[in-house]
Amino acid sequence: MAKKTMTIHLKIWRQAGPDASGRLVDYTVEANPHMSFLEMLDVLNEDLIKKGEEPVEFDYDCREGICGSCGVVVDGIAHGPQHRTAVCQLHMRHYRDGDTIVVEPWRAEAFPVIRDLVVDRGAFDRIISAGGYVSVNTGSAQDANNLPVPKPNADQAFDYAACIGCGACVAACPNASASLFTAAKIAHLALLPQGSPERQLRVERMVSQMQVEGFGDCSNHAECEAVCPKGISISAIARMRREYVKACLAGG
Amino acid sequence: MNTTKRQSFIKSPVGKKILTGITGLGLVIFVIEHMSGNLILMLEGSDAYNAYAHFLEGLGPILYLLELGLLAFFVFHIVLGINIWLGKRRARTHRYVKYRSAGKPSMQSPSSRSMIITGGILLVFLVIHLVSFKFGPGGPLHADPAYVTTVKGEVMRDLSKLVLEKFHHPAYAFGYPIVMLLLGVHLRHGIWSAFQSLGATNPRLTPGLYALGGLLALLIALGFLVLPLWIYFGGAA
Ligand code: HEM
Ligand code: FES
Repeated sequence: MAKKTMTIHLKIWRQAGPDASGRLVDYTVEANPHMSFLEMLDVLNEDLIKKGEEPVEFDYDCREGICGSCGVVVDGIAHGPQHRTAVCQLHMRHYRDGDTIVVEPWRAEAFPVIRDLVVDRGAFDRIISAGGYVSVNTGSAQDANNLPVPKPNADQAFDYAACIGCGACVAACPNASASLFTAAKIAHLALLPQGSPERQLRVERMVSQMQVEGFGDCSNHAECEAVCPKGISISAIARMRREYVKACLAGG
Repeated sequence: MNTTKRQSFIKSPVGKKILTGITGLGLVIFVIEHMSGNLILMLEGSDAYNAYAHFLEGLGPILYLLELGLLAFFVFHIVLGINIWLGKRRARTHRYVKYRSAGKPSMQSPSSRSMIITGGILLVFLVIHLVSFKFGPGGPLHADPAYVTTVKGEVMRDLSKLVLEKFHHPAYAFGYPIVMLLLGVHLRHGIWSAFQSLGATNPRLTPGLYALGGLLALLIALGFLVLPLWIYFGGAA
């Protein structure tokens, strides 16, 4: 009978801590083709634990492509070769028995490695804190239909709001720029009436925070759009730039 | 705009891109103008070419103002281009062991990855080019009676003679076309990118803009490189 599992050779980035130097370590694992990429890593970790070795640290939560926790660079592509999915939604059936896969963490100065494949994405939180919100007064709840939103705007805002903040855009960008993440939030809120009052401050603050965190500048490679699990378009970045110019002109 | 704003604009990741985009497009307009000027030599002959150069010189203060603006565009473009490149090197000191593009809709290309290299070569070329022609024999600071001619009774610089001489050297005749192809490579990504930098794109426009940008880049490169080859292979004789 044909073999039900597949032998996968892995080269995984192992790094003991933020200041330790890391290296690729070779492993071999027997995986079931129906497993997700992360389940395959689980199998590896069980083997490692049984052998008394340190398991490979990697981030995840929902494992259904909606939380944005997971993310590793698989054979040079953030979230792996399958478009519009997070790595938790990549399945081993896309690989062949005997394949070798290189697994690395997101690499950017703004995303320091904590351990193995886990990086600190706190920089994204600070960009959001800088302006990626709308201020709402507390008190009695507003009527839901108080603020009409034209359907095309609502649809487009929703496309941008789909960002799960995984950081693949930064990881894939040749410049390690956070432009797509930042722009998705700015574009999403700029399209809605709730976002309008603070739009000027928002774009100025979020853009400057992006720089404070040490992300690179955008060179319009559009690699971010290709790896985004939600397929967010770089038109968000164009919109961020228009918002920025408007804010500068209005700022006097 | 107050001073602090202006400073933060030029340092801002978005402001920088807007300025690279504006200066890049300005330079594109300049190279198209320059290319058309060159083609006069091929299409209408030496006298028409010299007369055109003479007309430009005759603009006097207007020309100086345009040249000053052009210089400013070059300086801003180059300084920002280098700044963006240095910044991206700082933003990822630890490189991937394995890295590749995920493919469409990525627009990453050899052209987009080599902007600093093609740009750097253009910068070196620019210096050689200005020394050879603009400030060459018969030009400003370099009077030379051998490079003076008379067209329709008017005495003027014989720029055509200099151009024909230079492009009979194989180094110029073949070096120039190579650099012009690299300009085309710079603009293959550059033209589309400048529009995106200015926020003047949307998902429906982008594919067309990218295609037109590539076509324009090709036409600019070809428009420049035919002249040296034409001269070298005896077209002007
Ligand atoms: C004839 C001269 C030139 C023309 C017509 C030109 C045109 C352009 C255009 C249209 C762009 C796209 C701007 C954008 O992405 O917003 C660009 C980008 C760039 N140019 Fe030039 N350029 C020229 C010379 C140079 C020179 C001399 C350098 C010297 C270093 C240079 C370095 C760059 C770099 C590094 C970028 C990419 C900026 C980024 O990463 O976003 N260019 N250029
Ligand atoms: S684990 Fe939630 S998106 Fe992958």
